[in-house]
Amino acid sequence: MSFANLIRVAIMAILNNKIRTLLSMLGIIIGVAAVIIMMSIGQGSKMSIRQELSKMGTNLIIIRPGADMHGGVRQDPSAMQTLKVADYESIKNEAKLIRNVSPEVTSSGQVIYGANNTTTTVYGETPEYLDVKLWTLEDGDCFTPEDIKKSAKVCLVGRTIVEELFGDKNADCIGKTIRFKSIPLRIIGVLKSKGFNNWGMDQDNVIIAPYTTVMKRIAAQNYLSTINVSALSEEQSDACIDELKTILSRNHKIKEGMPEDFTIRSQQEMMETMSTTMDTITIILVVAAAFSLLVAGIGIMNIMLVSVTERTKEIGLRMSVGARGRDISRQFLVEAIMISLTGGLLGVIVGIGGATAASSMGLPCSVPLWSVVLSFTVCALIGLIFGFIPARKAARMDPIEAIRYE
Amino acid sequence: MKDNKRVVIELQDVRRNFKVGSEVVHALRGISFKIYEGEFVTIMGTSGSGKSTLLNQLGCLDTPTSGEYYLDGTPVRKMKRSERAVLRNRKIGFVFQNYNLLPKTTAVENVELPLMYNTKYNAKQRREAAVKALQAVGLGERLEHKSNQMSGGQMQRVAIARALVNDPAVILADEATGNLDTRTSFEMLVLFQRLHKEGRTIIFVTHNPEIAQYSSRNIMLRDGKIREDQINENIQSAAEALAALPAPQDD
Repeated sequence: MSFANLIRVAIMAILNNKIRTLLSMLGIIIGVAAVIIMMSIGQGSKMSIRQELSKMGTNLIIIRPGADMHGGVRQDPSAMQTLKVADYESIKNEAKLIRNVSPEVTSSGQVIYGANNTTTTVYGETPEYLDVKLWTLEDGDCFTPEDIKKSAKVCLVGRTIVEELFGDKNADCIGKTIRFKSIPLRIIGVLKSKGFNNWGMDQDNVIIAPYTTVMKRIAAQNYLSTINVSALSEEQSDACIDELKTILSRNHKIKEGMPEDFTIRSQQEMMETMSTTMDTITIILVVAAAFSLLVAGIGIMNIMLVSVTERTKEIGLRMSVGARGRDISRQFLVEAIMISLTGGLLGVIVGIGGATAASSMGLPCSVPLWSVVLSFTVCALIGLIFGFIPARKAARMDPIEAIRYE
Repeated sequence: MKDNKRVVIELQDVRRNFKVGSEVVHALRGISFKIYEGEFVTIMGTSGSGKSTLLNQLGCLDTPTSGEYYLDGTPVRKMKRSERAVLRNRKIGFVFQNYNLLPKTTAVENVELPLMYNTKYNAKQRREAAVKALQAVGLGERLEHKSNQMSGGQMQRVAIARALVNDPAVILADEATGNLDTRTSFEMLVLFQRLHKEGRTIIFVTHNPEIAQYSSRNIMLRDGKIREDQINENIQSAAEALAALPAPQDD
C-alpha cells in the first residue's frame, strides 16, 4: 500500500473512533505539555538568575573572611575579623588585574527620620562601590575620598528608604538628615531603583555611607566584612582571583599548604553553581514529566491492542483481498504514530500556551526550541515502539480465522 | 471442447490434515480436478465434508499438506504467506456469506480496497475501475452510499463488485446467498449467471442443493473426497425462476 493510502486509512480509522482516540491522546498531550512547561520554567529561571547575577556587578569578585576552626569548632564567617583595611589598601595599590575595589562594612538596624522609621542595612563603602555593584545615582552626588578620610556623616539612600521615611518615593530628601542607630547621616544622593532581586529581596532598601563612617561611628569595628573587587574583564577573572590570593596570603602570612582564612568567589563561579543547581532541578522535573509520556505510550499500546482485536474481521478481509502481513503492520504502526504525533502537536501547543500563561503570571519562562523538537521526536518514537506489538499482533493473524471472527 | 480451454484451477491429489490435540483430522483426502476458464462450478457438501477447507485451498488462504494446487498455472503449495497474498490480490475475487464490507465506508471505497494493495493502480485508475465494477453489478447510482445505509442485497452486490474489480482469474463465492431472502438470492444468482455468460470463471461453495441447477458443473464433496463431479447439461435460468416467484407482499 502506498504511503498516502496508509495515511488516509489511518485518518479514517482515527475519525471512526474520535472519543477513544482523543482520550488516549490526552496522555501524550499532558505529557508533552508537562515536559515543555518544565523545560521552559527551568530555562527561564536559569536565564533570569544569570541576569540577576550579572546585575549584581561587573566581573564581580567577592572576598570574605574564611570560616576558621577554633578548637575543632567552625566559626561563623561573619564573626571573623581577618579582613583588614590594610588588605584593602594592598589590593588597591598592588593588584593589576582589577578595575575597582571597595571595602565593605555593614551594619543593620533602625533608621529614623522625624516620626518615621524603618529597618535597613547600612553599607560602608568607597565611591568605587557604585561602579563595582552597578549602582547609579539619580539625584545628588556621591561622597568623596575626602569624606572617607574625615569619616563624614553623609550617605546615599535607596528609593525604599526614601518612601519609608519621607512618605513618597520621589520626595526631595537631599540635604535632610536621618538617624541610624542614633548617628545622624546627611543624605547627599539618591540611588536609582533596582527593584526586587530573584530571591525576593528589596535591593532598594539600602543606605550607602563611607566605610570609615560605618566602621568608626556606627559598627565600632576595625575589620571589614567583605571586599568587593571588579576584575578588568570576565576572561581575566580567574587570573585576578590568583593575584588576590597571593596578596592576601602574603598579608596574612599564610604559607603554601596552610588553610586560607579568607574565601574568594567570583560572579562567574556563582553563576555556574546556580546554573548547575537549576539544571539538576530541571532534569528532575523533566524526568518526572517524561514518565507521564511513558505511561501515555502504554495507553496508546493498550488502545491499539483493543483496536486490533476489534478490527480482526477487517484485518481478515484486507488479507484475503491481498494485504500482506507488512501492509497490515504498517497500517497499525502509522495509526499509532499518527495518534502520538497529533497528541504531541497538541501537547506542544498546550505546553507553549501554558508556558506563556506562566510567564504572564510572573514565572520566568522561556520555551527552548529544542524541547519542542525533542518532544516531537519522542512522540514519534513512542508511536513506533508502543505501536509495534499491536501491529505485529495484527500482521500475524491467520486470514481464515480472522475473516470468520465475530 | 474443454481441451481447447485454458485451465484456471488444477488440483492434483490435494490432501490437508489438521492436528487436533493428538489426533490427526483428514479434512481433504486426495482431491483432484481441473476447472476451465468460463466455468460456473458449484461445490457442495454438508458441514464436515471438507468444503470450507477446499475453499481455503482454492483461495490460497491455506496450503495443502501434500499434493499440488496450480492457480492459473502457478504452483501454490510452496509459496510464502506474502507471495500468496499478492497472488490472491491479482487472481482471486472473494464473495463472502456476510458481505464483509468495511463499516462506515462508501460503496466505491469498499470496491477500491483490493486495488489499494496493488501499486500499479494510482488513485484515479482505482476509482475508475471501482466505478466500472459497481456499474457492472447495477449499483452505478449508489457509489457514495455507506455500507450501513444499504440493504443486504445491495451490500452483496458491492461485495461482488469488489471481487470483480481486479479482473480476477476466478471468483470464489462462499455461501454468497446464505444471508439473503429467496428473492434477493435469486437476484444474486441472476447476476452470477450474467457474469458467467460474460466469460467469468466462478466457483460457488454452498450447502444448498438448489443452486446446482443454475451452474454449469457441480462437484459434490463428502468426507474429504469428491463423490460426484457432473456437468450440468440443462442449466436453469435464474431470471425465469425470479420472475416465477410470487410478487413481494407488503404486509
